[in-house]
Amino acid sequence: MGIQSPTASISRYRVEGNLEKPMIETVRRGLKSNTIEDIDKDSVETSVGWTSFHQPYQPNFEGPSFIFGTFFVFSLRIDKKTLPPKLLHKHFMLAGAKRLADTGQRYLSRSEKQVLKEQVASRLMQRMPATPHVHELIWNPEGAALSFFTSLKAANEELETLFVRSFGVSLIRLFPYTTAEFSASLTDSERDILQSLKPTDFTKSF
Amino acid sequence: MLDVAVAYKRYLFLGDEFLTWIWFQTETDHQQSLFKSADPDLTALEIGHRMVLENRRNDALERITIKGEEANLAEGRLALRKGALVAEISLNFRSADHLWQFSVKGESLNLGNFKTPKIAMPEGPEDLEGFVLEKAYLYDKILQFLEKIYILFIKERLSPRWSSAVVPGMKKWMAST
Repeated sequence: MGIQSPTASISRYRVEGNLEKPMIETVRRGLKSNTIEDIDKDSVETSVGWTSFHQPYQPNFEGPSFIFGTFFVFSLRIDKKTLPPKLLHKHFMLAGAKRLADTGQRYLSRSEKQVLKEQVASRLMQRMPATPHVHELIWNPEGAALSFFTSLKAANEELETLFVRSFGVSLIRLFPYTTAEFSASLTDSERDILQSLKPTDFTKSF
Repeated sequence: MLDVAVAYKRYLFLGDEFLTWIWFQTETDHQQSLFKSADPDLTALEIGHRMVLENRRNDALERITIKGEEANLAEGRLALRKGALVAEISLNFRSADHLWQFSVKGESLNLGNFKTPKIAMPEGPEDLEGFVLEKAYLYDKILQFLEKIYILFIKERLSPRWSSAVVPGMKKWMAST
């Protein structure tokens, strides 16, 4: 559901704050220091970071790869491993039986079970490849505007957190209230009315 | 400015009123002069194939999904008379031979199912920049249009004209079959 897909979803942001100059180097530095880390051979459950628009599985921010005209274009990638509960249960049961056979114990205590379960989960995680989720974005630094090509809540939250950490400027979601505040050049009296605005009742005379 | 999370919940109704107002405008301003003032390239803004209405009155949420054919739009107006507002609407933006299709959610103003006029897919890395810039332009045309008509709406919503002229006009339209 991104730029190259037949259909897209977009959530919009205003970029708040001034990027340190030179802008391109600030953005490159932020991208490189927060590039997605591969967790396929790791027991880590989730990895979040930036990746290249044109090579989402081989991120590279050298050269002008993220500069398209006056825009910055790159992607947020979220890699996630989800352990199916039944798979964990199977391997936990097998590991428990082996532990009893090896030690001659008749049963495992609650804490031994807990530790064993964590070990089994960690071992399985290490062998499991992560599923990547790539969400593209177009950032117009001149207009302080950013279009993020998803409306998934979790991805939006990750974007907002990583963006400020990477570039030192923050993102404000543009929804009805913030669009009115930032884009409509409201007068003081209009702003006062907005602050106390109540829903319109269209049913009164029906 | 209010805290963003608080403002999001507090002003849920504003986006729904905006979408309801768009529907009202498409049916009552036959020249679409207001929309054309936001983008002179516009030939027509039409209601698309899907609309979601939500009724939040009496602390209970009732959701109605309708297809945007004529008979069902009457059903939508009936829901409006009972207190529902448009929570999501699909729109067709026509400009000469070009067509943009998209849906807008009231609470977030997020766009979904967004289709721009077709352009050639890049055949190699050398075509990529041109493709992205053209796509960015096509998306931005609608984003700018929506922002401009939202500003027209909010200015009207915050003015005395809202309760003296717009709301009576919308009620009259809602009452029509």
